[in-house]
Amino acid sequence: MRIELEKRAKISTLFSILSPFIAFLLMIIFGGIMFALLGKNPVTALYSFFVEPLSEVWSLHELAIKAAPLILIAVGLSVCFRSNNWNIGAEGQFIMGAIAGSILPVVFYDWQSPLVLPLMMLMGMLGGALFAAIPAFLKAHMNTNEILTSLMLVYVAQLFLDWLVRGPWRNPGGMNFPETRTFAADAILPEMIASGRTHWGFAFAIIAAILVWFMMRYTLKGFEISVLGQSERAGRFAGFSSRRMIWFSMLLSGALAGLAGISEVSGAIQQLRPVISPGYGFTAIIVAFLGRLNPLGIIAAGLVLALTYLGGEAAQLSLGVSDKVTRVFQGLLLFFVLSCDTLIHYRIRLVWYRFTASDLDGSR
Amino acid sequence: MKKLLLALASTAAVIGFASAAAAQEKAKVCFVYVGSKTDGGWTQAHDIGRLELEKALGDKIETQFLESVPEGPDAERAIERLARSGCGLIYTTSFGFMDATIKIAQKFPDVKFEHATGYKTAPNVATYNSRFYEGRYIQGVIAAKMSEKGVAGYIASFPIPEVVMGINSFVIGARSVNPDFKIKVVWANTWFDPGKEADAAKALVDQGVDILTQHTDTTAPMQVAAERGIKAFGQASDMIAAGPKTQLTAIVDTWGAYYIKRTQAFLDGKWETTSSWDGLKDGILTMAPYTNMPDDVKKLAEETEAKIKSGELKPFTGPLKKQDGSEWLAAGASSDDGTLLGMNFYVEGVDDQLPK
Repeated sequence: MRIELEKRAKISTLFSILSPFIAFLLMIIFGGIMFALLGKNPVTALYSFFVEPLSEVWSLHELAIKAAPLILIAVGLSVCFRSNNWNIGAEGQFIMGAIAGSILPVVFYDWQSPLVLPLMMLMGMLGGALFAAIPAFLKAHMNTNEILTSLMLVYVAQLFLDWLVRGPWRNPGGMNFPETRTFAADAILPEMIASGRTHWGFAFAIIAAILVWFMMRYTLKGFEISVLGQSERAGRFAGFSSRRMIWFSMLLSGALAGLAGISEVSGAIQQLRPVISPGYGFTAIIVAFLGRLNPLGIIAAGLVLALTYLGGEAAQLSLGVSDKVTRVFQGLLLFFVLSCDTLIHYRIRLVWYRFTASDLDGSR
Repeated sequence: MKKLLLALASTAAVIGFASAAAAQEKAKVCFVYVGSKTDGGWTQAHDIGRLELEKALGDKIETQFLESVPEGPDAERAIERLARSGCGLIYTTSFGFMDATIKIAQKFPDVKFEHATGYKTAPNVATYNSRFYEGRYIQGVIAAKMSEKGVAGYIASFPIPEVVMGINSFVIGARSVNPDFKIKVVWANTWFDPGKEADAAKALVDQGVDILTQHTDTTAPMQVAAERGIKAFGQASDMIAAGPKTQLTAIVDTWGAYYIKRTQAFLDGKWETTSSWDGLKDGILTMAPYTNMPDDVKKLAEETEAKIKSGELKPFTGPLKKQDGSEWLAAGASSDDGTLLGMNFYVEGVDDQLPK
């Protein structure tokens, strides 16, 4: 027996919808086998991994908190990736947004007014966008590779934050520990609902996703993004400027990453510390692709990835398995998503030597 | 579909209740770890403490832990999860968990919390710490005896008081033997990163140090020292396995004694908020066997250890000068704990600029 991949004449709509679900199913099956091999009951294990975090209100809030920055960043990245601009530096833009947004509550901590919060959010977006402007400028005008420049700038941002919280912005009342003063009440993003900790960052994420979805689907800009992404030459013939697109997509994704940064700091951490992100900017790349670069898909993908984090904790507690299980699940998910995507472009044929190929025509 | 979900949910609830009922017989004591419990250093030392606690009080309690919990909002969620899952006493074992611990403690006034190495307490939050610097003083004494060049390398994590205190104590110990002793410091800016720690170790050896010590958590520096044929000190756990011919001694965190004492108090209903800062004499800190050194050095080390335990020797005792040459402590004067806990300056003999 032999397995053949046959290219489809047209991409399969059925499988482009089904493939993430098949991937999820395969992940569950293989995850279950893994738990069984570890000597745990697969059903209880999978229950505590995927259902328990969804069974309590507080935990749903935590899910939203964890998913918010992932969604917000990934939505911006989807525009970049669709237009063939590979912004890998969202982590840096996230941090610079957080820093720029924190200028008011840290440096001008005396100034308290209802204006503080909106200004912080705007400055956060500005900070992220300006930081993304560096690789945008380098690519648009000097033709450098934006993957490298944006990635390297992540370290610049991380070290800049590190320097700030140890040096000029260090909390004078904080026993020399590397952190800024905690934000005053006016500078804290309020909780959305009384039942838990979810702050407005989650709303920003959903609104951003819907707006970008609308833009991609119904506006000329969205068309421009797709055309330039698929074929720069074709785009040029249509009168679109790929240089302007570099600026547009990088600034937009930078601004959204910056907004994610300041929302996270203002809503969840409430001060700056040497490390404010456990790698949201990089995980968001996975989220963007898991959501097939579609903003609405990204909402779902962000929630699923956030669930794997929470589920990992729940499984650690109820089963005593290692935290590495979370990583394995994320790896399995990504692996199966990518491999199931093959089904969109190819059909699988099992070829039996005993028969001629024509006997088994069609799909399987 | 809805019915199916309902059925699932109710089954789940039943399972949940059943396990909760089984757990009620024993008190739950929980731990939050910043690293992996097999890191060979800081977290492993806490996990050994947890196992000792289980051994000592296993008939009355059960323990649970969450490992590799990042500091920040994730820590808050992890601690809340433990508090909600029925833990009565929760140990949060990294400095960076401080604010998260305080926040969750306000939400769960009936749960007791113990936070390692922090400075914020609450009616249900105690802090505990260990006088690691006492061990570092002994290391300094040994280093000055063993080093031919009179220069030691120090791989430091973050310039927080805890670490600066350790560097100073090491230098003071070394200078009590050799007044010209110097140390070079490399800031790895991490607690746990074998690659970075090894690079720092190599850089220091290349700069000519012949003794290495570290305030980071992995055994990588010990391995570099072994490769380069110099001596080194272990940190947090006994690292002799990584350098059988290299390790002189190690500061071993032995939290078990503290965990047993405090958990017992919790079980007896006598738990109170404290800020505990114990040292060698309390058994929260022990020195790994003195190895790979001549007998006279070993004897001196043991004497120094005994003096610190008896209280005869306090590492931070004058005459001491700050790095810039200005007077810090007059002869015979000892530093108070407050100054130590907020320490942000070097003493004489440190060949480094403290990152500001």
